[in-house]
Amino acid sequence: MIRTALIAFTTTVAVTAIAQIAPGERRSGAEFMSPSTQAMQKDDTSNPGMLAALEGETLWNAPAGNEGKSCASCHGPADKSMKGVAARYPAIHQSTSMPVDLQGRINLCRSDNQKASPLRFESRELLALTTYVALQSRGMPVSPPDDARLDPFRNQGETLWRQRFGQLNFSCAQCHDDNWGKRLGSAPIPQAHPNGYPIYRLEWQGMGSLQRRLRNCMAGVRAEPFGFGSDEFIALELYLMSRAAGMPMETPGVRP
Amino acid sequence: MARALINIPAKAAKGQIIEIKTLVSHPMETGFRPDNQGKLIPRDIINRFECEIDGERIFAADLYPAMSANPFLTFTLLAERSGEVTFRWKDDRGEITEEKRKLVVE
Ligand code: HEC
Ligand code: HEC
Repeated sequence: MIRTALIAFTTTVAVTAIAQIAPGERRSGAEFMSPSTQAMQKDDTSNPGMLAALEGETLWNAPAGNEGKSCASCHGPADKSMKGVAARYPAIHQSTSMPVDLQGRINLCRSDNQKASPLRFESRELLALTTYVALQSRGMPVSPPDDARLDPFRNQGETLWRQRFGQLNFSCAQCHDDNWGKRLGSAPIPQAHPNGYPIYRLEWQGMGSLQRRLRNCMAGVRAEPFGFGSDEFIALELYLMSRAAGMPMETPGVRP
Repeated sequence: MARALINIPAKAAKGQIIEIKTLVSHPMETGFRPDNQGKLIPRDIINRFECEIDGERIFAADLYPAMSANPFLTFTLLAERSGEVTFRWKDDRGEITEEKRKLVVE
């Protein structure tokens, strides 16, 4: 008993000794991009993510599933009902007391409320709806819920953040806390904030979720990426949101 | 039908040069990419863009496979008279996306 307590104590000390990015030093991923990519994100007619938002708006109003209901049938206009929602996800789902992220929440409404089949991860439809919902929080501060039930999952996310992965044996923190602003090959290492997701990535020639981005980072260190929708990704998303608290939402971000 | 975003001022002064920006959703499949079975995915790109004011051509472009997905085109117009501006994108499958905007010149 005493031994486990001691081990727990020393790990806590080790964890808190690791540097975190001070609030004044926080930089959105957009700040690491070239001026032309920044300009592309800023102008709604040149930001290709706005095409996904436009598609999301159509889907928001389209009836689906056995109930013949659209998102709008229950939620009304998204600019009111969805304002600020993306800024506080992942959040606890009341009936299961488990955390869900925004994509998961939308799919719960698909299955439970529309009686429709859930949308596939990274499908056009799910990305479009998520982008449209998240756009309603643009400019609002990332606001992780003050909900103690989320703490164990956030802690799990932080543990994953500091854990070394893959054949290259790197942790997320080693790149994004300790070496942000430096370059990895030609790419600047950003601070890994989730405030612009889903994003339009020029390399993908399309939209992608935060989890797709995280899978890229894991594959980059030759680790087996976690699955879409896995508990590990929800935990990492929770930690990333708490680490970005207060930063303005930028969805849809553009990335090189 | 493809989705398009258009940025054109609703009003302009006579003689003013206005900037028009267009963004259209399209995969712009080059015809050079294999699918996961190793078979080439047939080419499907927007090959033509046209812009007219009351039927008079003001800008046109032929597009080729090196263009990115969701092509962004921007051009300028010398505002001389009011009218309806038509934007038209045509792809390899013959699908046409058309959008219209009113421009008031005073
Ligand atoms: C070897 C260094 C490295 C490691 C390890 C790494 N990343 Fe990254 N990460 C990068 C680089 C470089 C980019 C930017 C990629 C680009 O622009 O092509 C990035 C991008 C990101 C982004 C996108 C930020 C934005 O503004 O769009 C997030 C989020 C992220 N990483 C999270 C993680 C997480 C979580 C882990 C651990 C599972 C991780 N990364 C591990 C190097 C790393
Ligand atoms: C039959 C009514 C109904 C339909 C249809 C419906 N929802 Fe919901 N939705 C709800 C209810 C009720 C809640 C709150 C449930 C809860 O808190 O557990 C909710 C919650 C949400 C939330 C979380 C809001 C928050 O403040 O945390 C999002 C996001 C959401 N819905 C998106 C959608 C989208 C997108 C669609 C269409 C694909 C949709 N909903 C369709 C009833 C519906």
